[in-house]
Amino acid sequence: MNIHEYQGKEVLKQYGVAVPEGRVAFTVDEAVEAAKELGTPVVVVKAQIHAGGRGKAGGVKVAKSLDDVRKYASELLGKVLVTHQTGPEGKEVKRLLIEQGCDIKKEYYVGVVVDRSTGRVVMMASEEGGTEIEEVAARTPEKIFKEVIDPAVGLQPFQARRLAFNINIPKELVGKAVQFMTALYNAFVDKDCSIAEINPLVVTGDGNILALDAKLNFDSNALYRHPEIVALRDLDEEDEKEIQASKFDLSYIALDGNIGCMVNGAGLAMATMDIIKYYGGEPANFLDVGGGASKEKVTEAFKIILSDPKVKGIFVNIFGGIMRCDVIAEGVIAAARELGLDRPLVVRLEGTNVELGKKLLNESGLNITAADSMADGAQKIVELVK
Amino acid sequence: MSILVDKNTKVITQGITGKTALFHAKGALDYGTQMVGGTSPGKGGTTVDIQLENGTTASLPVFNTVKEAVDATGATASVIYVPPAFAADAIMEAVDAELELVICITEGIPVLDMVKVKRYMEGKKTRLIGPNCPGVITPDECKIGIMPGYIHTKGHVGVVSRSGTLTYEAVHQLTTRGIGQSTAVGIGGDPVKGTEFIDVLRMFNEDPDTYAVIMIGEIGGTAEEEAAEWIQANMTKPVVGFIGGATAPPGKRMGHAGAIISGGKGTAAEKIAKLESCGIRVAPTPAEMGATLVSVLEERGLLEKCITRK
Repeated sequence: MNIHEYQGKEVLKQYGVAVPEGRVAFTVDEAVEAAKELGTPVVVVKAQIHAGGRGKAGGVKVAKSLDDVRKYASELLGKVLVTHQTGPEGKEVKRLLIEQGCDIKKEYYVGVVVDRSTGRVVMMASEEGGTEIEEVAARTPEKIFKEVIDPAVGLQPFQARRLAFNINIPKELVGKAVQFMTALYNAFVDKDCSIAEINPLVVTGDGNILALDAKLNFDSNALYRHPEIVALRDLDEEDEKEIQASKFDLSYIALDGNIGCMVNGAGLAMATMDIIKYYGGEPANFLDVGGGASKEKVTEAFKIILSDPKVKGIFVNIFGGIMRCDVIAEGVIAAARELGLDRPLVVRLEGTNVELGKKLLNESGLNITAADSMADGAQKIVELVK
Repeated sequence: MSILVDKNTKVITQGITGKTALFHAKGALDYGTQMVGGTSPGKGGTTVDIQLENGTTASLPVFNTVKEAVDATGATASVIYVPPAFAADAIMEAVDAELELVICITEGIPVLDMVKVKRYMEGKKTRLIGPNCPGVITPDECKIGIMPGYIHTKGHVGVVSRSGTLTYEAVHQLTTRGIGQSTAVGIGGDPVKGTEFIDVLRMFNEDPDTYAVIMIGEIGGTAEEEAAEWIQANMTKPVVGFIGGATAPPGKRMGHAGAIISGGKGTAAEKIAKLESCGIRVAPTPAEMGATLVSVLEERGLLEKCITRK
């Protein structure tokens, strides 16, 4: 789960991570009020969207007066910001972070992530702050330093020191850097983050170490034990259909194509998208209806797919193990009847109770094309949608 | 032969009184697995009666702790159907009881819990498969997990996969061609897991009854790439692959917690390129996994040996 920069900074602040003073603003007046409260000669007006690259896209403005703040806030609120991470359709800016300006002496990168190969939390740091870490990793990997953290003891001070010395933090500030890194690690583990990126970490003219930007992402598997993080969810930043799907515990991701998919099992669902593309079609979504799905869940899944106006046809690909083919068939029939099946539907069933499932579909009186195999099904739906 | 489990393996089910656990305990018993008992804290001393397809009733003893269950039944393996909030603890309890094999089916365990579990398991004898996996099956001998037994048939092709239903697809394609499986292992869809591709490939390499392997991967992480290098350096048997998620958008978690392309890394294209450069043929579509294996077997003169069902 993603959150906004201002929310990430609030979370980190609770753990003693040094962040610039700032306030969130939802209107131009609030932005100006916030700037007045902060009282610093320079104030930064930052667009808050769940995507990086905001600076380069004009989403971060340095204001030297309250008039500037008013001007920039009016420009940014309601603007659709297109960054290299939002996709061409961009994201509408509905919130701003009004932050005190800092005298930036130098920028660094510090990030915490779970390393899959070692199964450990890793803290990475680099002197190349302000740049995309993937770029640094590609160009100058030797400039990225890593500390692998033993979960039995956490980030040890010697590790944080080593990182700080490796990235050339001024020696009189190493103590503060160690404090910062330790607090960051604690926040990461305590809140079950999947990633915590501080890019840039800055050393200021007056000898402070601050997180100028903070990108926190949370492990969705752990949200059940973090209602305080769930409360930070911004539904405006999520796809409506994905929100609807999550209410019914369906795994759904919207894509750009016109062939809706309903599959059981994430691996098979990904492979179904792949095979549709292979035969020249474009999948409209990823949808894993899961192992124990009921008729109700299947109906709901169908509804969500059909609610997408881009969808011109649907491919249901089920290999029933725990999922029974007759349950899928009942769900598909119920949904088709309730919503009216107005688009071609290809169904491929295999596995538990397959004969019963096929029988139900044949006898439903609905216009359903049966497929003999996954390849056959993919080819059929691609043809029907042309 | 096979790897990990066979007709002699005695298994217990942790969380046995739950609906899903009971359903699959029945599935295991119907298949002929030696499911010998289970645990459910607070219900120790009771029994669960399971009506089997053959008309008999299996009465399985329930224990409060894994240690008691192991001491009483002599089980060497356990399967876990415990909700995500308690699953890491269940794994550690099984490890502490010194089981040889623990298979965790549970999906949704917090990643940082698994980071702790991995640390806990260092230096201990237990092998963990999963979490978020369908289980392990040695056809005609032992089925531990949620896979439909009837699609499998005994034979000489090893299957190792991160996905459940995509594995059934592959197994089905093999069985319908008369090509049997030695053991099918679901390593699961999570980013931090007990057993990786390399571990299973090593076991298949050492199993005299496995003549070839199908490896089914997906986006996220670098396990397939690491496996490919190991295969090139060590594997004496042909390996055929399939990688799901060629059309997955970056940055999105595609169902499985581990199926995510982050920072441009972990794409299907990268994995496919690596596999191919290490001499592993990759099926171009999920519908051709079986056919791809057949061509490789033919080229190596192994096809006849691998056809175990007419």
